[in-house]
Amino acid sequence: MSAVVAEHDDHHDHGPAKGLLRWVITTNHKDIGTLYLLFALAMFFVGGSMAMVIRAELFEPGMQFVNPQFFNSMTTMHALVMVFGAVMPAFVGLANWMIPMMIGAPDMALPRMNNMSFWLLVAGVLLLASTLFMEGGAPASGWTLYPPLVLQTGKALPFAIFSVHLLGISSILSGINIIATIFNMRAPGMTLMKMPMFVWTWLITAFLLIAIMPVFAGAVTMLLTDKFFHTSFFDAAGGGDPVLYQHIFWFFGHPEVYVMILPTFGVASTIIPVFARKPLFGYSSMVYATAAIAFLSFIVWAHHMFTVGMPIAGELYFMYATMLIAIPTGVKVFNWTATMWKGSMTFETPMLFSIAFVVLFTMGGFTGLMMAVAPADFQYHDTYFIVAHFHYTLVPASVFILMAAGYFWLPKWTGHMYDERIGQLHFWLSVVSVNVLFFPQHFLGLAGMPRRIPDYAVQFADWNMISSIGGFVFGASQLLFLYIVIDTIKGGTGEKVTAEVWEDAAKHSLEWTLPSPPPYHTFTTPPTVIPTEHI
Amino acid sequence: MNESVKQKNAKLVRILVFVVLGMFGFGYALVPLYDVLCEVTGLNGKVEPSAVKEVSYVVDKNREITVEFMTALNEATPMVFRSEIKKIKVHPGEYYTVNFYAENKTDKVMVARAIPSISPGAVAEFFKKTECFCFSEQTFKAREGRTMPVRFVVNPEIPKEYKTITLAYTFFDNTETSVK
Repeated sequence: MSAVVAEHDDHHDHGPAKGLLRWVITTNHKDIGTLYLLFALAMFFVGGSMAMVIRAELFEPGMQFVNPQFFNSMTTMHALVMVFGAVMPAFVGLANWMIPMMIGAPDMALPRMNNMSFWLLVAGVLLLASTLFMEGGAPASGWTLYPPLVLQTGKALPFAIFSVHLLGISSILSGINIIATIFNMRAPGMTLMKMPMFVWTWLITAFLLIAIMPVFAGAVTMLLTDKFFHTSFFDAAGGGDPVLYQHIFWFFGHPEVYVMILPTFGVASTIIPVFARKPLFGYSSMVYATAAIAFLSFIVWAHHMFTVGMPIAGELYFMYATMLIAIPTGVKVFNWTATMWKGSMTFETPMLFSIAFVVLFTMGGFTGLMMAVAPADFQYHDTYFIVAHFHYTLVPASVFILMAAGYFWLPKWTGHMYDERIGQLHFWLSVVSVNVLFFPQHFLGLAGMPRRIPDYAVQFADWNMISSIGGFVFGASQLLFLYIVIDTIKGGTGEKVTAEVWEDAAKHSLEWTLPSPPPYHTFTTPPTVIPTEHI
Repeated sequence: MNESVKQKNAKLVRILVFVVLGMFGFGYALVPLYDVLCEVTGLNGKVEPSAVKEVSYVVDKNREITVEFMTALNEATPMVFRSEIKKIKVHPGEYYTVNFYAENKTDKVMVARAIPSISPGAVAEFFKKTECFCFSEQTFKAREGRTMPVRFVVNPEIPKEYKTITLAYTFFDNTETSVK
């Protein structure tokens, strides 16, 4: 992408700096967006390789390739890398690229802080990765880092904790920047209720980030002082309570999963109307539903801990509060479906991924409702059923929508068209293999296979083998995406793309009024016409 | 970016940084809040950490509840720890004393603390202890073993459905972290 942007911008007064240093010192929202997206793509393959290790070990019962300690390091690191290294940075990258262009702003509100967020992220992830090579291995307690187990981590513990601190600071800075951009940098006439849904969902997500990341930083700091400074927050011997950690963690953890899904909703709400050639159905209800989901995410945390021995009143409260989330989420799924209803739909790759998202995310949502039922959750807790549930809400939801966003905006970013045939192939391979990968895990979970174990009873062998085969195909299929990204940056099909790229897209959002690729600096004078087709 | 936007940004950033610091504090505030909530609502089955005064209840001779005793040590605690009896049938309202035996297996002074737990959690508020070795840290001389009593009563107001109560203690070696 760099070469392309540079070429087209040679005539510009304030083009990018020359050479590689440009990427280190840049404060341009498009450059930083590119850095975030490419870094996230790289981490997607790193985290994916760890998932391949897990699926290879689980291909057959018995111990095959890795020892149990390393296996558990893999489940832990896979989750941390995917959450903090891939999905969150990918959405921050989209926010950097798209929010200023969507609201008619010249750049993010705080460009230098923007640069700092990115490089803190890289430092955090490198620090996390370094724990793999330390005495005692990387953390192996699961990404939730529950004490007392996590306190048995070897030399890696303080490094993992500092890495969480860095990643947290990076996310907080991004969140502050996004809020400031959306509140203060909108073009005249771009009222809050005219903003594209992607901007709305990110505004709400940014508030979640600044509310929860500090709590997580506090929780891991308590782990640190418990281990090294003789405090007893979670240590029963000193009068602490390990269950307290779970309460604090999930006060962060539940909104955190919505940090990954709300921007997903935003991108889906952006793509579906364009390919249905209709305005988004129920724009304002989408805004309120997003806000409602964000609010509810703060009051349902203990549904992750139904089995810790809560009294019945607590179980009932968290059960009903959790079920409430199905209402605003249902509003959203209804609106996406209604947007497609009687639309003049075409099925380019971004739309295919978006439709798969609507269907498969809904499935993930339904298994979530099953687990919201406290008495039923005792059967599902810590089994492969929960693994299937949250992977359905993350892989064919967040990851698919990130793919969709890539296909949707790559022509805008690069000025080149991707190869539609390979895109379609990538989609069909992904959508089939992702179901082969995760659907059998429901059966494994219901039959009682626990999560985070390297070996299992023979009755689970068949479904695990099928799941692993799905996993290998899914993993390999993603190399097609990597190929498409590189190919499109280098010129794609050679077809010249218009500013609009997709038919009538400019009626939906401002970025399609700019040339493809957009010049290095855009909207230095604010736009005068605000598109309203999406409302 | 003109000056007024810069000022607005600076003001908003100050507010948001304040929110971030506030939420960091809130994370720590959850620690006492959690205890307060458990205390106010009686949730969680936390056991009272200090002795209650001995008051007399009307003894309910028609009712019998089994109280079981469990003792546990983790591998890092070099002790012997057991209760003299495994279980006892009690009448609600009547006081009982049960002896526990703990012994330091090392040649050094040991400071240890027993952490109690009651199951089911909801009966914790009806289970009163007037004397327990778990109320404070216990210091054992090298190789010292001793018998320590627990005196308790089950409040007769305990709901009818509870027929068994399990009282569990885990001894932790606090020698290193103890202030003594």
